[in-house]
Amino acid sequence: MDDDDLLHALARDLDGAFEALVRAHADRCYSIALRFLGDPADAEEIAQDAFVRAHRALGSYGSERIAELRLRAWLATIVINLCRSRVARHRLPTTVLTDAPHLTAAAGPSDTPHERLARRESAAHWAALVAGLPARYRAAVVLRHVDGLSYEEMSEVLGRPEGTIRAQVHRGLALLRAAFEAAEREESIA
Amino acid sequence: MTSTTGDRSTASIEEALRGLAVAAPPTLVGDTLVILGLADDYAPIETAIGPMWVAWNGRGVSTISGTGEASAFEAEFRAALHRPIRRVATLPTRLARVIERRLAGDRRAHVPVDLRGRTAFERAVLDKTSEIPRGEVRPYGWIAAEIGHPAAVRAVGTALAKNPIPLVIPCHRVVRTDGHIGRYSLGGPENKHSLLTWEGADPDRLEALAVSGIRFVGSNTTRVVCHPTCRHARRIVDAHRVPFRSLGDAEARGYRPCRSCRPVRMAA
Repeated sequence: MDDDDLLHALARDLDGAFEALVRAHADRCYSIALRFLGDPADAEEIAQDAFVRAHRALGSYGSERIAELRLRAWLATIVINLCRSRVARHRLPTTVLTDAPHLTAAAGPSDTPHERLARRESAAHWAALVAGLPARYRAAVVLRHVDGLSYEEMSEVLGRPEGTIRAQVHRGLALLRAAFEAAEREESIA
Repeated sequence: MTSTTGDRSTASIEEALRGLAVAAPPTLVGDTLVILGLADDYAPIETAIGPMWVAWNGRGVSTISGTGEASAFEAEFRAALHRPIRRVATLPTRLARVIERRLAGDRRAHVPVDLRGRTAFERAVLDKTSEIPRGEVRPYGWIAAEIGHPAAVRAVGTALAKNPIPLVIPCHRVVRTDGHIGRYSLGGPENKHSLLTWEGADPDRLEALAVSGIRFVGSNTTRVVCHPTCRHARRIVDAHRVPFRSLGDAEARGYRPCRSCRPVRMAA
């Protein structure tokens, strides 16, 4: 069932089709929240909340409006907005290393070069680098490269012109590259 | 896409970022559906008449049933409500606490209930039943009169027989208009007897009153007439206690109906 079929099913029978929507988009919504916030428990809560809000919103839309939704972008908008308001409310630190505990541990003398390389290439290492990005670059990079939205969809999600978003993604990648290479240099000195 | 030459190519960074998309925790879908009331969780609870299954979702408690095997309860639930159901170890702490307080007779303990799928009439019957205090009983006809359908006594009985949340919605406190204890859906009349005994309503005395034809009790000092189990009626000392066979008899002798238990004239 693709998103168009899903929207038609939701327009016909919201409650009957909603489980299919949750199953189809749970991994995405969770991944966006996880990579934006860094914390798995927060991400699960945000993803849940996003679906609850989506359900409430769909209940208030007419079937025509539902059929016209761009579902991927619409759900991503709800997730990103919830993430931002959570950061604002809790003044969360930008860099959360909860899912990369071994990153905070210093490399021991027993580490082989191969182990050091493997750790650098690990998802946890990249996740920590992404978590360290300033929020606007983080949102752009996560939506574009973790979730795979188009620039057109991202323009809808972030409420900015496509050109601005392209620049933010580009800048975000440049910052990631710089951070990655800095970590690499630090290791070679250690 | 632009590509900048450096130690890391843009393509390899993008590939690493794609690898950051992960599967949601297995609980996410189920938890979300339960919050929305599109699926329920269920767990066993201990009650005065033995272990029961309780099912609930984000809207409230939807089902209480004594069907023995978990699989039988699940089948019964699905047939009645057409939603997925998921077994969990225990109730959420807050829900467990309000149910416990409610079953112990605390009427201030608010148990959220999910009565979707019930008609407006059935909801009215169930809501009214929830107002009957612990240890007291009211006849079917009283419920019918209170909800504005005095003739619908049989329909009240049917709505209560289909009460999806017995114990929390205390249909065991509704008795036949002739005063006999009557039917009970949760394991039969002996359970109704046990529950009323446990609540201090003395069902044997109620049956004896029913046999003797006494429906109401008045006090010749206050000139107020009550249902026999009303807390005001139970305070009347024997010397001042006046039994009545009907509300008409009491009113003819100058008694007024109690404002708290609100007796009404009923076709026997």
